[in-house]
Amino acid sequence: MATYDGVIEAVGLTDWCSVEGAGGPMTMEELMAQARGETEAPDVNLWELPFPSLDALNQSCSVIPRTRDMTDAVEQGFLGIKDALRVVLDPITTPLGWMLDLSLQFFQAVPWFIMIPFLIAITWFASKSAKVTALVAFSFLFMAFIDHYVYAIQTLSIIFVCTIFSVVLGVPIGIAMSRSNVLQRGAIPVLDMLQTLPTFVYLVPLIFLFSVTESKLYGIAIILYAIVPVIRLTDLGIRLVDKDVIEAANAFGMTSWQKLTRVQIPLALPNIMAGINQTIMMSLAMVVIASLVSAPGLGVLVLRGIRNLELGVGLVSGFCIVLLAILLDRSTKAALSRIDASGR
Amino acid sequence: MKQKKPVKISIRKLYKIFGSDPKSALEHVKAGVGKPDLLKRYGHVLGLQDINVDMRDGEITVIMGLSGSGKSTLIRHLNRLIEPTDGKVEVDGEDVLAYGEKKLRDLRRSKMSMVFQKFALLPHRTVLENTTMPRRVRGEGGQATEDDGTKWLDRVGLHGYGGHYPNQLSGGMQQRVGIARALASDSPIMLMDEAFSALDPLIRTDMQDLLLELQKELHKTIVFITHDLDEALKLADHLVILKDGRVVQQGEPQEILLHPNDPYIVDFISDINRARVLRVRSIMEETDREGDGLAGEVDADQNLESVIAISGGDTNLHYRVMSGGQQVGLLHMKDLVRALVPVDAQDASKRVSAA
Ligand SMILES: Nc1ncnc2c1ncn2[C@@H]1O[C@H](COP(=O)(O)OP(=O)(O)O)[C@@H](O)[C@H]1O
Ligand SMILES: [Mg+2]
Repeated sequence: MATYDGVIEAVGLTDWCSVEGAGGPMTMEELMAQARGETEAPDVNLWELPFPSLDALNQSCSVIPRTRDMTDAVEQGFLGIKDALRVVLDPITTPLGWMLDLSLQFFQAVPWFIMIPFLIAITWFASKSAKVTALVAFSFLFMAFIDHYVYAIQTLSIIFVCTIFSVVLGVPIGIAMSRSNVLQRGAIPVLDMLQTLPTFVYLVPLIFLFSVTESKLYGIAIILYAIVPVIRLTDLGIRLVDKDVIEAANAFGMTSWQKLTRVQIPLALPNIMAGINQTIMMSLAMVVIASLVSAPGLGVLVLRGIRNLELGVGLVSGFCIVLLAILLDRSTKAALSRIDASGR
Repeated sequence: MKQKKPVKISIRKLYKIFGSDPKSALEHVKAGVGKPDLLKRYGHVLGLQDINVDMRDGEITVIMGLSGSGKSTLIRHLNRLIEPTDGKVEVDGEDVLAYGEKKLRDLRRSKMSMVFQKFALLPHRTVLENTTMPRRVRGEGGQATEDDGTKWLDRVGLHGYGGHYPNQLSGGMQQRVGIARALASDSPIMLMDEAFSALDPLIRTDMQDLLLELQKELHKTIVFITHDLDEALKLADHLVILKDGRVVQQGEPQEILLHPNDPYIVDFISDINRARVLRVRSIMEETDREGDGLAGEVDADQNLESVIAISGGDTNLHYRVMSGGQQVGLLHMKDLVRALVPVDAQDASKRVSAA
């Protein structure tokens, strides 16, 4: 005798419920009840009245599915469309996988005594700031000294590729959003969702879609998360361009392409660059989590620290991530301020 | 009198209504609903109503009105930055409203240039690059374009500033760049929307002088917008006064001063120094008769203030009025004094409609 038998009877569904016998394996609670020797649910008092959930109703009426049946159905549904989804997504995302692997090989193949000076030179060229360049030099020499160089360079390689993809995809999307209010209204909830969803949540379907050994799996996870700021700030930057200047561009007969390339993008550039800076920082945050799904780099060490309770390994690699974050942030911001200063 | 120049821009029965359904609101306006009623009862903003203006080749047409009277809206119809609800705009006899995208772009690129109240320069481009922008938009480039840009910068008094960025210049200098940019497009028509309103009074006077000096040489068709009467009187060959999207009076500025046909205009002109603005030509007796008892000769384009100085304040004198070495009329000091009496809003006898 289950709690909701009376209700089922009262609404006259007894016949409908008893058409099919109870099916499916027992739930955990049923098993435990059996083990305790209880065959029937005891009479419950009002305080312990269970919520009329799927499981509770199922006890009174076996036609109603249990919660586990529902999650099963969702899984089956997802697996059903998985193959179709793969056919579409695989070719699109394959280049990403190639790029990630290629870049990883390249970054690791270049010997440290070329790579480190090269990174320092790039920083100097982009930022023209002695302080930032010194920071980069110190960080890499330090990480190399404590044998974290390879991990750091792997992390850097992944961020590099994912940022390129985010910018190449994100800037045009942002431009399109700035030109269409309808598109903007549609895109903003999606962007909000990508940014607020805990990152683990969208790792789940990705694992089913691609095998964990494929590098594009973590590539997609990182890009989905990190592309948001560059889209948002491109859209915002273009919408914030001075209306008077746009009017002047129109009055002198610029085509929309001329307007975009000669006025809107150059004037939105500081905002777009701020978006790229944030994208890089979010890639770094995500690349650590992505080590759960086989992304190489410093995240692997953090994970080892957690899994094996190797406190020192975890702390030191965590510190290296902080170093990487600071130097990426400082060098992109220094480059950004140079763009701001020149031509203004 | 002077030969009238050919009409360059002709505006006929132009209406503009802002709102969700301007077409049906237009019916109400044509049925006589005014601006406040249209807003209150139908939720539409009346931008312009029944505008008819001819702008002549080589002249400065000044459109004057208080803020919100529709000046900016009107000037933006000429290059179709704003589309009209109803009416016609013709430039050189061609219906601009029938233009497709390509022809409209050509019109904006080579026939009409524009100067803006807030300068609207490209902040990421140098002064020279800003000046050559209209030509580069047309696909021109190279040394010839650069030289042309430098020439116009020199012409507006910005010699040596080509490599600066706009924000390194003062407001007055930035607007000189704005004027150089408009001139560099080599278009016969120049639209100027409150071009000098953002500038300090002294700099504004400089800029007005610069514009008049350039105009003496270039003979552009200029449409100039201002809310400042002194500026309007200084620049205008033809003055159009707007109120609530309607033309209340238009004509020669001196004519409007002497015969305002609306209390609104009377208010507008009540504070100006009439002796300085009015010219001998506007109040003289037009005749080739030899007057007697003449005290001397004055020029037709002299202002009344200078004549009063010559006469020493004697109201019984008469002068011969000369223009180009010939007599064009006689000036009686009694008429002069009468012309200086401000037109009072209540004085119906003076409020003759200037047809
Ligand atoms: N896009 C618009 N939408 C609604 N009303 C407008 C718009 N543009 C101008 N107006 C209205 O039209 C009138 C004339 O504006 P405007 O031409 O800018 O005046 P002015 O330049 O003389 O100050 C004002 O009442 C203004 O509020
Ligand atoms: Mg205005």
